[in-house]
Amino acid sequence: MSSNSQYEKYKSDGSLLGALLEWVDVRFPATALWRSQVGEYYAPKNFNFWYFFGSLALMVLVMQIVTGIFLVMHYKPDGSLDANGIRVAFASINYIMYDVPWGWLIRYMHSTGASAFFIVVYLHMFRGILYGSYRKPRELVWVLGVLIFLCLMAEAFMGYLLPWGQMSFWGAQVIINLFSAIPLVGEPLSVWIRGDVNIGDATLNRFFSFHVIAVPLVLLGLVAAHLIALHEVGSNNPDGVEIGKHTNEKGIPLDGIPFHPYYTVKDIVGVVVFLALFSIVVFFVPEGGGYFLEYNNFFQADPMKTPPHIAPVWYFTPFYSMLRAMVWNFFWVEAKFWGVVAMGAGVVILAFLPWLDRAPAKSIRYRGPIFKTLLAIFVFGFLILGFLGTKVPGYKIFGVSWLDGDIIAQIFTVYYFLFFLTMPLWSKIDKCKPVPERVTWK
Amino acid sequence: MQTCTGKGDLEMNMLRNLKSLLAAVLFVPALAFAEGGVHLDPAPDVSNDPAALQNGVQLFVNYCQGCHSLSSIRYNRLQELGLTEQQIADNLMFTTDKIGEPMLNAMKSEEAKKWFGAVPPDLSLVARARASESGTGADWLYTYLRTFYRDETRPTGWNNLVFDKVGMPHIFYELQGIQEFDGHELKSVKGGKLSPEEYDKAVADLVGFLVWAGEPQAKLRKTLGVWVLLFLAVLGVFAYLLKKEYWKDVH
Repeated sequence: MSSNSQYEKYKSDGSLLGALLEWVDVRFPATALWRSQVGEYYAPKNFNFWYFFGSLALMVLVMQIVTGIFLVMHYKPDGSLDANGIRVAFASINYIMYDVPWGWLIRYMHSTGASAFFIVVYLHMFRGILYGSYRKPRELVWVLGVLIFLCLMAEAFMGYLLPWGQMSFWGAQVIINLFSAIPLVGEPLSVWIRGDVNIGDATLNRFFSFHVIAVPLVLLGLVAAHLIALHEVGSNNPDGVEIGKHTNEKGIPLDGIPFHPYYTVKDIVGVVVFLALFSIVVFFVPEGGGYFLEYNNFFQADPMKTPPHIAPVWYFTPFYSMLRAMVWNFFWVEAKFWGVVAMGAGVVILAFLPWLDRAPAKSIRYRGPIFKTLLAIFVFGFLILGFLGTKVPGYKIFGVSWLDGDIIAQIFTVYYFLFFLTMPLWSKIDKCKPVPERVTWK
Repeated sequence: MQTCTGKGDLEMNMLRNLKSLLAAVLFVPALAFAEGGVHLDPAPDVSNDPAALQNGVQLFVNYCQGCHSLSSIRYNRLQELGLTEQQIADNLMFTTDKIGEPMLNAMKSEEAKKWFGAVPPDLSLVARARASESGTGADWLYTYLRTFYRDETRPTGWNNLVFDKVGMPHIFYELQGIQEFDGHELKSVKGGKLSPEEYDKAVADLVGFLVWAGEPQAKLRKTLGVWVLLFLAVLGVFAYLLKKEYWKDVH
């Protein structure tokens, strides 16, 4: 046998199906893949609530792809006016909502799915921070995850242009204009992105192309790499201990259980609960209070009419707040440029987390008071940044004059970056508790 | 090897603190919404009153459709309001003779632009688009259609409380009469064909129709949602029992 697999090839039991499987298995590592990735992938037995969000993210990805395929069958990326004076792209969305059988359901699933994707991914990332899942040897799993997050942002941003509503148009206008702030190359760069001096049909068509083909392809590749890397090093767990250190005579971790069937049946419970919450939005509040579908986006795009308040969708608002927080012209370059830098750096800095954290313990269960305090403020600050990003500049929290939104956003932006940049110092001196040898039940 | 007692409690506490923090942050928007914006009168809910919705579509066809289209609604869909094809064809179809056609306006958009300075917008989604932190789209429309007042500085002679410098004249002035605005409140200076109560009811019916037109499947959506949730509840029970059965042997 030339195969280097440690798994035995499938032997037919004499039945027709068995013979077929044997034939395939000689030519394709079906058994090896199944056993190594699912049936004999040993995951720690002590996963808790926070470990549902990885499989949920995968499910939402599949749902977005499937609903997306059906939406593309009726959607038309065309910015011109139809005979009724309605822009063709906007009218095609209306056609899906009014005339395509079950079109409204598919579209609501897709629009709610976008927000759900970010909710699930934010919680998934937070889990990583809670239990130190990014620490050695899982640095690459984390870095691939950050790339997935970046891809997801690009995917959501470009998808949001497609309905060709007011917020689609002006949101894209604001964000793409930011690139023009980059010294020297900014102006030609923004024209290159738009394919025009203004957002127009060319922009709509290329965003459509990126949204339905280019970015999803990259996304799928990254997700595959994320999972392969994870299965190479094994899953972390709420105790942050390596289950591979204690194995039985067959090399199976004492604290590990096969992913299938244990975690498949457990994840089904998570999926059902998630779907229930998801359905509450889709069937009862599809607009999500104006956060999932912005009201202003029910007006078609009008390049002549700037809306009084242009707010990105909620999942971008923490980073949008960081962008707006930069109001100083450093080194004779305008503040807008530093805003773009802050927004980009806000995402990219996450990728360095594995090397910034120097604590002896991985999991929050055994980490000291400094980490817990700073993390609590970090989460609070991130949520506040997100909230303020939905508001107009000069917004006062509770209408109280000294609770100035702009200044609070600046404070939490600085805090956001200091949290990461000073981590090598405080994570080292933080007083950790002794980490157990084996996982514990919680 | 040691088992840290009390660690679980600490984690529970952390979680609880996090939860209250989350709750606090999530409440901020609710409180923030309380301030600012135009005051909107809440629109009466007529979604379960077919007679009101039928009156609404009649008003729409007679008063609005001259200028505004409702391009996403096809005439035959009005059957969902309890009308028959014959009733629709006889009373509501002035712009086409095909019942499967969308409810388009009679006017050409170039002419409209000449007359009003702007093309009268398609009203399919107006009840959804006008929603804001101040109220639902229905509230906005209900207030808007009742707060036109005389303003000689405007080309049409009309202005509006919630839509300043509106391009549309007061199309219902015959019904409502004429109002003036002294900077504080609206005063009726000439009564119309309808009493104030009758006029409010007529506007509520029209708004109810526009809300229906904004999402005709809204009722089906909610009914279906209940069944989906019931199904998921049953599935959830089985999924949980399955999980419990398998996990019996994990110690």
